[in-house]
Amino acid sequence: MPKKIFIQGAIPPEKISDSIAKHQSKTEIGGHSIFLGQIRADEVDGKAVTAIEYTAYEEMAEKEIDKIREEAFEKFDLTCAHIYHSLGKIQAGELCFFVFTSSAHRKAAREANQFLVDEIKERVPIFGKEIFEDETHQWKVNR
Amino acid sequence: MKITIKYFGVIAEEAGKTEEVLELDSDDIDVEFLKDHCFSKYSLSDTKSIQVAVNQNMGASGPLQDGDEVAFLPPFSGG
Repeated sequence: MPKKIFIQGAIPPEKISDSIAKHQSKTEIGGHSIFLGQIRADEVDGKAVTAIEYTAYEEMAEKEIDKIREEAFEKFDLTCAHIYHSLGKIQAGELCFFVFTSSAHRKAAREANQFLVDEIKERVPIFGKEIFEDETHQWKVNR
Repeated sequence: MKITIKYFGVIAEEAGKTEEVLELDSDDIDVEFLKDHCFSKYSLSDTKSIQVAVNQNMGASGPLQDGDEVAFLPPFSGG
């Protein structure tokens, strides 16, 4: 059973501090690495992005993220890894992606975090619709 | 045979639906045929960038089985 990845709406900042707090009992950890994706108010042809609406092929996305997570555990000396991604409409400035890796030492935590973020962006069927201030939209393309 | 088709992102928008079930007379249908069929049915604009998953496996090709789930996926843009 894949882990629950998707959160309806923005990721509340409290979720990050709660996650950190939950790891205080795991005293074999020496370093955490955290990536937070935030909705950027890009400007396209003079119009600002006000929100991104995310949809996903959820069953496939959860399986693929599980696979990527397993790859990360094989490649790096990780204690744990947690991944969350938003679905639905997320306003500019809000958080939509949270990747949290922990290890005995900083290097593995950092490298695994970067690996997870990059692979998820490339391999997971999640789709972002950028919504502009005048209610028009365009489909986001990852760079 | 019966095939469930799922559409996502800009493809769902152009097709005007996120899912449909096709009942096909022939049992001899492959991924390529289904792609052509759906791409022309909905006049999809950017067919080159579309990836196909069969039963949630990417890059599938060849014959389809009764009950398969085929997904048409535009470029991914998570994160």
